[in-house]
Amino acid sequence: MPLIDTLARLEAVGSGRAQPTATVRHRHLSGRPLVFVPLTTAGEAGAPLGALVGTDRDAPRLLVVPQPRDRDLRFTFLAELADVILPYIDSHAADVETAERTETDPETGKRVKVETELCADAPQLIVPSRTGLAFVRLLGRSMRFRRTAEQDPQAPYPAPPRVPLLGRWLTHYGERSRVPGSALLLALTDVLSRHWATGQSGLEDQHLGALLAWLDPPAGTSGAEAAREAELARDPAGQLRCPPAGPATDPAFDNKLLAPAIERYDRARTALAAAEDPLEADDRLAALTRAEREIRELIESQARPTWDAVWRGLDLLRALPAGGHAEERWTRDRWSFTGHRDRVLAGEPPQPRRDDAVTAANKLATREREQARLEAQEALDDPLVMAGRRLAGEAFAGEVTEVVMAYGEGRRPSPRPLVTVRTEDRPHLAERAKVYRSLAGRPQSAQFVERAAEDAIVLRILDKMGRGKEPEPGSVPEKGDRVCFTLFEHEQRGGAKLPDPEETPWTHGGPPGEAVPEAADRITEEDVL
Amino acid sequence: MTTVDADPGAAAARATDAILRDTLGATERGVVVDSPPGAGKSTLVVRAALELAEAGRPLMVVAQTNAQVDDLVLRLAEKNPELPVGRLHSSDADAYDKALDELPQVRTSAKAADLAGLPVVLSTAAKWAHVRVDEPWRHAIVDEAYQMRSDSLLAVAGLFERALFVGDPGQLDPFAIVGSEQWAGLSYDPSASAVTTLLAHNPGLPQHRLPVSWRLPASAAPLVSDAFYPYTPFRSGTGPGDRRLSFAVPSDGSGPDRVIDEAAATGWGLLELPARHTPRTDPEAVRAVAAVVRRLLDRGGAAVSERSPDPVPLTAARIAVGTAHRDQAAAVRAALADLGVLGVTVDTANRLQGREYDITVVLHPLSGRPDATAFHLETGRLCVLASRHRHACVVVCREGVSDLLDDYPSTEPVQLGTLVKFPDGWEANHAVLAHLAEHRVGWRP
Amino acid sequence: MDKATLASALGAPSGFGQSQFALTRGNAFEAKVKADGGAELLRLAHTRLDPGADTPESAAVPDLSAQGPEGRTARTALALREATRAGGWTLLDHPMLALDVAGSLAFLEPDAVVVHPDGSWSVVEIKSFPMLDGSADPAKVGAAARQSAVYVLALEDVAARLDPAPRVRHRVLLVCPEDFSNLPTGSAVDVRKQRAVTARQLARLTRIEEIADALPEGTCFAPDRDSEELTAAVAAVPATYAPECLSTCELAFHCRERARAAGAVTRLGRPLRAELGGLTTVEDVLAAAHGELGDPDDPAVAALRRAAALRAEALQEARNREVAAVCR
Repeated sequence: MPLIDTLARLEAVGSGRAQPTATVRHRHLSGRPLVFVPLTTAGEAGAPLGALVGTDRDAPRLLVVPQPRDRDLRFTFLAELADVILPYIDSHAADVETAERTETDPETGKRVKVETELCADAPQLIVPSRTGLAFVRLLGRSMRFRRTAEQDPQAPYPAPPRVPLLGRWLTHYGERSRVPGSALLLALTDVLSRHWATGQSGLEDQHLGALLAWLDPPAGTSGAEAAREAELARDPAGQLRCPPAGPATDPAFDNKLLAPAIERYDRARTALAAAEDPLEADDRLAALTRAEREIRELIESQARPTWDAVWRGLDLLRALPAGGHAEERWTRDRWSFTGHRDRVLAGEPPQPRRDDAVTAANKLATREREQARLEAQEALDDPLVMAGRRLAGEAFAGEVTEVVMAYGEGRRPSPRPLVTVRTEDRPHLAERAKVYRSLAGRPQSAQFVERAAEDAIVLRILDKMGRGKEPEPGSVPEKGDRVCFTLFEHEQRGGAKLPDPEETPWTHGGPPGEAVPEAADRITEEDVL
Repeated sequence: MTTVDADPGAAAARATDAILRDTLGATERGVVVDSPPGAGKSTLVVRAALELAEAGRPLMVVAQTNAQVDDLVLRLAEKNPELPVGRLHSSDADAYDKALDELPQVRTSAKAADLAGLPVVLSTAAKWAHVRVDEPWRHAIVDEAYQMRSDSLLAVAGLFERALFVGDPGQLDPFAIVGSEQWAGLSYDPSASAVTTLLAHNPGLPQHRLPVSWRLPASAAPLVSDAFYPYTPFRSGTGPGDRRLSFAVPSDGSGPDRVIDEAAATGWGLLELPARHTPRTDPEAVRAVAAVVRRLLDRGGAAVSERSPDPVPLTAARIAVGTAHRDQAAAVRAALADLGVLGVTVDTANRLQGREYDITVVLHPLSGRPDATAFHLETGRLCVLASRHRHACVVVCREGVSDLLDDYPSTEPVQLGTLVKFPDGWEANHAVLAHLAEHRVGWRP
Repeated sequence: MDKATLASALGAPSGFGQSQFALTRGNAFEAKVKADGGAELLRLAHTRLDPGADTPESAAVPDLSAQGPEGRTARTALALREATRAGGWTLLDHPMLALDVAGSLAFLEPDAVVVHPDGSWSVVEIKSFPMLDGSADPAKVGAAARQSAVYVLALEDVAARLDPAPRVRHRVLLVCPEDFSNLPTGSAVDVRKQRAVTARQLARLTRIEEIADALPEGTCFAPDRDSEELTAAVAAVPATYAPECLSTCELAFHCRERARAAGAVTRLGRPLRAELGGLTTVEDVLAAAHGELGDPDDPAVAALRRAAALRAEALQEARNREVAAVCR
């Protein structure tokens, strides 16, 4: 952890409250995000137990699987989930603006601009924590290869068509969330931790209740006390007062409350099936309904505190002014959303189980570029982030003490003024290192010439001074100006173009060949009641 | 192969012949050569390049950094001044070593088309990735292939028909600045090393090993081989008495002098400072490193080796200081400047890869640390630092690193399907410390 | 000693405990893997570890029951010897092995050991976390590999007593549920690294007697003592709390309270200390940062002051900007 963040954490311990590590909000927040608080069944991968989901903080939709091992009930849950999420996605897919995109012309091979559609806004999904992100990916993976009755009339447990479609969207969102700085799918604990340091470890920050306790402790208590209470306090029956943010539930809840309730539900169901006359069936149906309602209440009792906590967390984030470049990164998210919308519309198959060599390499390249972009942009948008870079020797700020006009060699002498900056920062400047400052939002580069004194750095300004012999007004810092130069570049160069997947070289297994549709997952008999 | 050559030269020559036979005979699309530290990798690359050029096979050479490319160009030019060589470079300022401009047979350009038709063209993997050709090169040599990432090979592999891959599996692995766990275990994991991917897809390729380190002395090769290359051992090209270090000025009894004498006599020295938790730029340890270097120069050192029976003076250019972090290197440079020492290389492990000195002084990556992170335990880092010297290596470290290692037992995650090529960093650190403990000089500055 | 019970008695119960849903499914899975005389397990051992060997049409599954751990260990050693001599495939279901740990014998019970037709031995580890599209949680696989490495070492002890000593394979078979199903799938895991590390750890392990000797006389961990006495007893055992402990140790919450009371910085994470040098408490670090303590020539103190100054400057800049925005 960078020292400046360590200090913030320790200040949080000292003051009993979380301390800022950002002065602006570095992630875009939608005006109407969809919050998703899922719960899962212990011991089985991707087996949903229930969820609260929706865009209205006062009216979440409660979805429950009363018997998690029953595949019919699970599909009902997933179909209901699709009924909430897909309309929300569709509401963004239709509203478009025209935009330009550079593409390679297939005939000439030249880069040309084409007019295309860009969705005006994109749906934003919020989950409570990082484990929630993993669960979204898992759900996406478990749903996207499901066979519908239409695709395969023989499928033993055909899924409603919305289920594989939701699986594809969740997969896309899950993958996108791996791109640094993206905001289509956010884990609230990650976003909060980006902006504040608590007096506990990063691992403990993954507990949403404890994290919020540090950010916003109840009156009269310290963050430490409130966090401890959120983590550990139990009622006389041994249940946690602040249930975990999921998707895993507390074992004490599973064993003492949920398991007996599911057992009652199973018994009621068996009894109903065995009913011999309508009157008896009516009574037993009522019993089954009661048993189901009991489970619903249990699930809600576990998910609701987290649901409310997520909205509280969003309130805290909204109070911060938006960072300058957050919107630009959101535009990339909109492109990502629009691209997937088009792939679905074009009838492309679901994302494969594994990326091919070229796709994997392209994804990694994109993420590394976005990581570098994010780090640069956050520093430029936020003096507190820049302070960390200055402390690390990756940037320096100071006052211009001298400007000497000089000219470059060459036939047409162009201005190459020498600027001396007095600074207390200690940048790691190698010989002839390049440095950059933001000039009206564009990077201007300079070269390190020498240290005139221990605290005086001489730079040669290299560009953005116009075409004339004399620099354009305002393009060269003046004596007395306060300037901040970075050793890192502000904009990222595009990487090399990789071969098309059909041209995968022999070193990487050669062309993958004709794509075959992915098979559906196998199903264990015993999962099905 | 079970025969053991008594003569390391013969063993090395046989390995080289087999490599060149497979490369020029070219029945397979690729040949892989593992080269431990100082085993003559560059010599092999230059020789293979010259023989391929001689055979009339258009050759491209891929290296990982501009410095490596420039170094190969200079070596080629030295071996065969007649051979026209192309140096493809980026369009940045200072893209290549200006010394190349002095060589008439070397043509430099930022455009591959300008260099078409030359028998050998060299560049970095990053630059080659932007080159598009209609007709692939007949042959390529990929240097430092273990430090090249799989995705980087993917971008250039379409440029050649067959290739010789050469590298040291023990040095620092390539890394990605973002997580890449989702592809771990895939044969073409883009963040894995190029060789890993190549061999996963082409397991039948001939694999060779240079069996002899000409750099490491007899005192160092067994330790480095056991600790870092347990599954692919190598030996030293020289015997116990072949390299000697002596000093004109006798020891003044100080810690630095005693550790210098220990290192001169045995090849290793551990200057151990009292246990203490310190920040990375531990001022005492940094001053101790500088003091050792100062005394190495002041005491009139001279080296005798198989290269020269007459003693060769130990100059600043033959000494290097290695650290784990850049700020440590900066602190050591400042401390050396305070003592008036000039011309000694001070750098991090990453930058010392592939370099060679008579004596190295190493600030142990775990010295004074309150914790041991994966970065500091990375096997390649310690391996690079412990394998740059021809005569002796002095390690400066605070006491208590063994206990620190015990407090941080290795709990590395394991990805299914990945190949284990290298020992565990924790284990290798213990192995090296156990050996260094036998050459310990305690010192309270 | 039961650390969970001890933790409850100390007043800081662990969050551990297993959901019965996980338990049921885990047990059902292991039963499935070992059903039909281990046919599925042997099929996986054949395809993942030893595809060149004959297919395991039939396999011996010797009875390993015996009186007490020593008896079971002896029975296991006997069965291993017989299986090695017999050739063909043998499955040892829940064998018992012994390993010398710091001078006292620890009894270990691997899920299974397979004897191959060539007489070599393999460890089998059955886990209930899934292998999804061929990959699994690396932290969990790592833990399984370290666990298996201990079994490999214990098996090597048994093998060393036979002549000729059979080979103990360093690739173990990890069996997990496949994707979202409860069907077994397997993967070979190379545990050479873990084996080497464990061997060195065992060699370096503080002998348990040494820990016992260092404790004050009369130290006792029996959970029926009162909480204060227990706290004192536990405090006498050296241990360094770090947040990672929370996911692995039942006593972590107790140790965290102690670390908090002592003001130790490590409770915020181990890497935190890296740049703090000799400063180990929150109070000292803050005092050093604010110029009230410490030698300004100490790089840790200097860096902290620099960090504090830069932080204050940036926060002031942000406040000024807010004020300006309000005035506009």
